[in-house]
Formats: sequence, structure tokens, C-alpha cells
Amino acid sequence: MIGQSPLRIFIAHAMLLLGIVVVAFPIYYTFVASTQTLQTILKPPLPMLPGDQFWNNYGEALFGGVGRMGGVSVGRLLLNTTIMALGIAVGKIFISILSAYAIVFFRFPMRMVFFWLIFITLMLPVEVRILPTYKVMVELGLIDTYAGLIIPLIASATATLLFRQFFMTIPGELLEAARVDGAGPWRFFFDILLPLSRTNIAALFVILFIYGWTQYLWPLLVTNSNDMNTIVIALRKMVSFADADTQWHLVMVTAMLAIVPPILVVVVMQRWFVRGLVESEK
Amino acid sequence: MATVDLNEVKKVYPGGVEAVKGVSIAIPDKALCVLVGPSGCGKSTLLRMIAGLETISAGTVAFDGKVVNTIGPTERDIAMVFQNYALYPHMKVYDNMAYGLRNRGTPRDEIDRRVRSTAEMLELSGLLDRRPRELSGGQRQRVAMGRAVVRDPKVFLFDEPLSNLDAKLRGQMRVEIKNLQRSLGVTSVYVTHDQLEAMTLADVLVVMNGGLVEQSGAALDIYERPASTFVASFIGAPPMNLLPLVGGQAGPALGDGTTVGLAPAGAATIGFRPEDADIEFGTDLPSDALVLPASVEAVEPVGAESFLHCQAGGGRIVVRVAGRTRVSVGDRLRVVCVAAKLHWFDQAGRRVG
Amino acid sequence: MFPNKILPYLLVAPQLAITLAFFYWPAGQALYQSMLRQDPFGLKSKFVWFANFRKVLADPAYLNSLKVTVVFSLSTAIVAMGVALLLAVMAEKVVRGRGLYRTLLIWPYAVAPAIAGMLWLFLFNPSIGSLAYLLRSLGIAWDPLLNGTQAMILLVSAAAWKQISYNFLFFVAGLQAVPKTLIEAAAIDGAGETKRFWTIVFPLLAPTTFFLLVVNTVYALFDTFGIVHAVTGGGPGKSTETLVYKVYNDGFVNLILGDSAAQSVILMVIVIALTAIQFRYVERRVHYG
Ligand SMILES: Nc1ncnc2c1ncn2[C@@H]1O[C@H](COP(=O)(O)OP(=O)(O)OP(=O)(O)O)[C@@H](O)[C@H]1O
Ligand SMILES: [Mg+2]
Repeated sequence: MIGQSPLRIFIAHAMLLLGIVVVAFPIYYTFVASTQTLQTILKPPLPMLPGDQFWNNYGEALFGGVGRMGGVSVGRLLLNTTIMALGIAVGKIFISILSAYAIVFFRFPMRMVFFWLIFITLMLPVEVRILPTYKVMVELGLIDTYAGLIIPLIASATATLLFRQFFMTIPGELLEAARVDGAGPWRFFFDILLPLSRTNIAALFVILFIYGWTQYLWPLLVTNSNDMNTIVIALRKMVSFADADTQWHLVMVTAMLAIVPPILVVVVMQRWFVRGLVESEK
Repeated sequence: MATVDLNEVKKVYPGGVEAVKGVSIAIPDKALCVLVGPSGCGKSTLLRMIAGLETISAGTVAFDGKVVNTIGPTERDIAMVFQNYALYPHMKVYDNMAYGLRNRGTPRDEIDRRVRSTAEMLELSGLLDRRPRELSGGQRQRVAMGRAVVRDPKVFLFDEPLSNLDAKLRGQMRVEIKNLQRSLGVTSVYVTHDQLEAMTLADVLVVMNGGLVEQSGAALDIYERPASTFVASFIGAPPMNLLPLVGGQAGPALGDGTTVGLAPAGAATIGFRPEDADIEFGTDLPSDALVLPASVEAVEPVGAESFLHCQAGGGRIVVRVAGRTRVSVGDRLRVVCVAAKLHWFDQAGRRVG
Repeated sequence: MFPNKILPYLLVAPQLAITLAFFYWPAGQALYQSMLRQDPFGLKSKFVWFANFRKVLADPAYLNSLKVTVVFSLSTAIVAMGVALLLAVMAEKVVRGRGLYRTLLIWPYAVAPAIAGMLWLFLFNPSIGSLAYLLRSLGIAWDPLLNGTQAMILLVSAAAWKQISYNFLFFVAGLQAVPKTLIEAAAIDGAGETKRFWTIVFPLLAPTTFFLLVVNTVYALFDTFGIVHAVTGGGPGKSTETLVYKVYNDGFVNLILGDSAAQSVILMVIVIALTAIQFRYVERRVHYG
């Protein structure tokens, strides 16, 4: 490493701190707002320090005031979102690990056809097939169901490609050693492959959980009833900048509740998340 | 305990590569058979067909006279040691060794007893709680051996098990494998491309080339009577000197015009081993000995012996002399080999005479 | 390889079933729909070949939306990547606190784009936003709800903000992969720090930069639907109506199915092109090891 002058290092720290302020400020500001009274919020500028309404506001958003958000409690919204995010993460990992397993460790007619069929879905995001997909959902009766929120999003090429890439680094000799040791396909899968994929699965889990939690267009389409809304959609419905009745302090609490769980997941599982992200997409 | 018989075994890979073109070998019970040959000659393919990891395109593989072609690797009751060891990275040494037994439903205490006694035998007892990445190359190799031994299989299969070790360790392990195999008395097939390993280990040596067996038999027999120029140059280090013969007016001669005496009919190449040639010789030179004028191009003293690289007979030859030598580069001298130590090969490279 | 004949089909079946039902069938439908035109009452539809495409591509509103999308995507990508690269270069210089900085910089990754948009709107909302208040007290006439350019600036800020974390992580990884010996060699050759960056480090970062450019463009094209929908709804006027937003709006709100489908197909072509570019590049990476 080439020596750095103290001044340059000082500048670097200063820039990074500035970066953190930019990055963290909107979130901090939301937190501050979530601890103020509605009156304070309506009269900008807002104080830079949290107010004294923390317990009031959070208590009211979580436990009181049913009926204000279309009759749905924040708890219910969080539950919906959690189910959707977990369902997508687990479901995607489950179906992609199986298909990658088949494609890498078996030789069968049509293998490459299947691979390409899966691969091409990379090029068909929801946004380019909105209406017909919606029609399929209606025909299958999946509107306003958890299955409808989850299943169409769990087929994706990325996870399959990632697992395929990882499986291909596993030496063929390991598979052969296991076969000689009397392991069939399932034993090999559970005793060898799954344990070896642990870190990949953890990394993918974080990425997919965030993906599921932050979905917007899809839940917007397939949920009509308020009880099936995710917290992101509900928040959108609560906010009306033109409308003087918006309960801003509660909106801010809801926003915090929508932001904090995925942030916690990312920060706590940072090590896997960063590895998984940088490795999987390269 | 088993005999292993291969009968006209062939392998054609889906892409059309014919890796093994019809190989027959009979391996007696308790014997160690070594398959040796250059890279890509089909050794691994053949071994994997014996293991049941690769389907057999034609011919049969039989254990104890019973054809096992369609039986999977698990049911063949074989154990295999791989070149890269293929230890399960996430399992401790103990579990690596126990895995095969568990899959076969061996009772727990039986597994424990066998793993521990095998570990004892291979000096792995102190390592049972480690994971493969916490072991040295030599230790990994031992674990791979242990994993095979603990199963007490009918047949051991080894695919270049020592090629990732350094030279010294390789020498030690070679001796150990030989002793282990002999004391356990398990029929074994061992693949290598190291001719020294092949020579020292083999009860039955099989030299392969291009998907076919060039020669098989006892190691020393092959060394002494190589069936072809290929075997002659593959077995022995440095390899046998081979010089082409040209027809002269006064009978067959070498490239530089030196005439050779009693060449058998059809001989096209003459061969002699570096250790069978000499430069120091007494007065009573047999009349049928080969005598070659040579000029020394390089001298390699390696301590107990020295190798002289010479230009002679229209080609390059190597002569081994004991101890130090006073010969130096540029010297002109005569290389002599007695008739009994000469080998003759025909146009196609097959042995004659 | 396992020799099983049926098992592999069972293993790919779940993914394949979902893929066919929710990807290929609807995508096929979109293609088919894009060549149909419905009568005004939605009773009959007629096969019109490429008429919808011609209509869409000649429609000033669509061209406007195309322009909006290009401006929005490029600005977002450039801002998000520029800031991230700067921060990554700074983070490479410091030794102490690097891990902490990273932890504090990755938060926005976890924030839904729509929420990111709402947070920024809350900050810059003309009636209650503190920063809007600040701007106004500086004498700037700030109202993103009425001024199209300001609305676009707000959207770009929110979209770029959310993407900084992602780019930062990749640039850090890219910088770490630059061989230290090269930089030392350049230093010995007398290149100053700034020169070293532009002549050695930045060219070596080119693959990362290019990869991120594609990813950020895709992000700005698609994932930011939530931001547009939640913040401006395409307005004011049509000044922030991106292609994806227009597909949604024409299809779900205005119910012009043929046009919406034709737009979907055009989007599909854009995604295919971008993916192809990305994979060509991945291929090259493999070559360079
Ligand atoms: N799965 C395969 N598909 C097609 N061809 C193969 C396959 N495996 C091996 N081959 C080919 O078969 C031939 C024999 O390969 P094999 O692995 O048996 O050689 P080997 O004697 O073990 O060589 P080495 O000493 O390098 O290990 C080679 O030409 C190889 O390219
Ligand atoms: Mg081999």
C-alpha cells in the first residue's frame, strides 16, 4: 500500500461521512417525523431531534386506530409482507435449487432445452407482460391470495443460474465418491450438496427476502382487498399530499415499520449478503 | 476377496470418442493390478467402468466370475481413492470415513469400531475431529485411503492417488499402500502414469496406449522383454535407447554407418537400456557385442550414478555409468552393449527375436 | 452423473410449470394481443398485424415517454454510479472504520423504491417538506408537483439514492480486485495519485462500470415503477411518464389493450437487447479470466 498523506485520509473520512449523511438522512428524518405530533409535522421545518411522541405514535399505529387504514391493522400488513417476502425467498430457493440440481447432475434428453427455457425468463420481467399475467391470475382465482402474491414471482432464472454456477464448481469426483459410498441422488442432495450450498443459500435468502419485501407493481395488481395489501402498497394508499386529512405521524411510523425489517436483515446478514450479491451477479 | 475379469471392454463416449477400444485383463484374487500409460490413453475410463461410474459400451466386467455390467457402484462393493481425494469438505474425518458405512446401514457401534481401528492403522487417530481443509496433503491422502479401507470392500480402485503429493511423500505412501494392500489382501486396480510407481507396486502390470493394452504381465518381465517400442520407451527411466536401422550393402547398419552384427529378420529398430551399455570395458569383448563410436554432449552426475548423453549411431543415446565419471563434454568414446541385452523391433514397432 | 431417467424431470417440473404458466403463456398472449385491435365497446377484436406498433411509435405521447425514460434512466445511472464510485474510492483509502462505513452505506438497498420515493417526496413536498422549506427560504421556487423538471429531479434523486448502496458494493469489490503491484509500479513510474486513478485504476474498473451501467439502466427502466407511481403518477402533465408507467396506465387505467400490449412487446425487445449486451460482456469476462 502506498502511503497516504494525513490530509488526504482526512478528506476521505469527510467525504464518507458526507455520503453517510446523504444516505441515512431520509431515513433518519422519517424516524424523527415518526416521533412528532401531526401538528409539528405540518409546520416545517421539522426539528432535527426525535420528539416525545414515540410511544404514542407507534402504539397508535400498531394497536389502536383500526379503520383508518382501510380497516387493516399495521400488524396485518406486516404479516402479509413477511409472508410474501419469506414465501418468495424460500420458494425461489426451493424450486431453483431443484432445477439446477437436475441440470447439473443428471444427463437427460431435453436438458438444454429446459435450461434455455429457464434462462430466457431473465428477459421477461413482470413489467413487460403485465396484462396477460394479470388475466392468468384472474382465471386461476389467485387475486387476493398469498399464493397469487408469491407463486408467479418464484420462478426466476437468476437463482437457478447462481446455483448452477455453484454446482458446476463442485468436483465430479465428489459425486463419484458419494456414489461409491452408497449415496443415491437424494442422499447426495441432502448429505453433501445442501450443506455445501449453505452460504450460497444464506446469501440468496437475504437478496430474495429484500426482493420480496420491496415488490410494488405485482402486489398492486393482484390485491384488491385491503387486508391483502403489503405494507408498501398500504403506505402508498395512506399518503395523499393533496389531502389535508393525511395522518402524517402515523404514515411516518408505518414507513419506519416498512423500512426497518429489511434493513435489519441486510445489516445482520451483511457478510453473506455482500458476498452473495457481488458473486452472484458477476 | 474377488477376482476381476475384463473381457473385450469398450467405451464410446456420447460425443463419439472411443476411449477404450477392447481391453481384456484377468486379475487374480488379492493381486494388485496397475494400469499405466500416457495421458488420455483411457486408464481412468477403464477404472471407472470397473467402478460402475461409467456405462460399459461393449464387453463384460466380472467380479468372481459374475458379470456386473448393469450393477451400480454401490452394489458392486468397491471402494475408490481419487486423485483429488474427493473428501466431503463439510464433514469431519470421522464422518468422511463413516459415511459409506452409514449409507449401508451398518450398526453404529460397528461403524465406530471400524473407523477407530482403521484410523489407528493409518495413524489418523489424532485427526478424526478435523475437517479436510485443516489437513495437509499427505494427511488428506491418508483419509482418502482410510475411507476406502474402512469399508472392507471386495475391490479397491485407485486413480492416481499419489499424484498430488511431493516426491518424497509419494515414495513413502507407495510403500505404505503396497503393505496395506498385501496385508488386507484386497484385489486392487491402480491407475498411474508414473512408471516407477507402476513397476514397484504391480503384481500385474498393464501398459495401455490409445485405448488398447500394449502389454501386460509381471513388471520385471515387461521391463526385460518389452513387447513394443512404445513399452520400451515408456517403462524404465531414463527410457531405452532406440536407434533406427537402415539397410546397407553389408547388412543392416545404423544411421551413422555403423554395422550391426546379427540382426533378426525384419528388425527395423535396435534398442538397449542405458544401464546395459558401458564405456569402460576389458579386452575380452564378445565378438557379437554392439560397439558404437559416440561423442559426449552432456554429463549429468546425480551422485550414485551419472548419465552420459551422447550422439551415436545416428541418434541420441543415454548411457548410465556408476558413481562419478571422468568423462566430460566433447569426449569421444565407444559405447558397448552385449548381444544378450539388445532388443529388436520391426517396422511396426513390435518386438522381434 | 446420476443415471436416473425420470427423477430429473420431476426436479425441473415445478420451475418449468410456473415458468410456462406465468412467463411464456402471458408473454405469448402479449405478443398476440399486440396485433389485435378492439372496437370501442370492447366487443370484437380484429387482427391488425403491426398496426398497433405503428400507431404507438407514431404517438407523440409515446415518444415523449420514451424521451422521459431515456433522460430518467441515464441521469439515475450516472448519479448513482458517480456517487458510489466516489465513495468507494474514498473507502479504499481509509483503513480504520471501513467496515462501519460499509454497514452505514448499505441501508438504502433494503428500502423499497416506492418508499424511497415517498421519503424523498416527504422531504421535498412543497407544503410540509423541510428541505422544500429550506429551498424556498433560499429563494428557489420549488414545487415538484407543478414543475415537470423539478419532478424529474426529485425522481432521479430518489431512484439514484436507493441504488447507491448496490453500486458502492460492486465498486469496492472492483477496486479490491485491482492488483496493488500495478499501482505501486505506476507510483514508481512517477504517476501522482490522481493520474494513477485515471490511467490505471479506472480503466481496470471498466468491466465493473459497464456491468453496473447495464444493471442500473435495467433498474431505472423497470424497478422504479414504484417510485413514479407513488411520487408523481407520471405528472405533472406527462413529464415523468416512463415507458413502464405508460404500459400500466394504458393497460390498467385507460384499458387500451392493443396499445398496451404493443408497448409491452417493445419493452421486451429492449430487455432482450440489454440482457444480450450483459451476457456478451459476461462472456468476455470469462475470456479474460
Ligand atoms: N466424459 C467424457 N466425454 C468424452 N470424452 C471423454 C470423457 N472422459 C474422457 N474422455 C476422453 O477419453 C479419453 C480417455 O480419457 P481418460 O480420462 O480415461 O484418460 P487417462 O488415461 O485417465 O488420462 P490421464 O492420465 O490424463 O488421467 C481421452 O481422450 C478423453 O478426452
Ligand atoms: Mg485419468
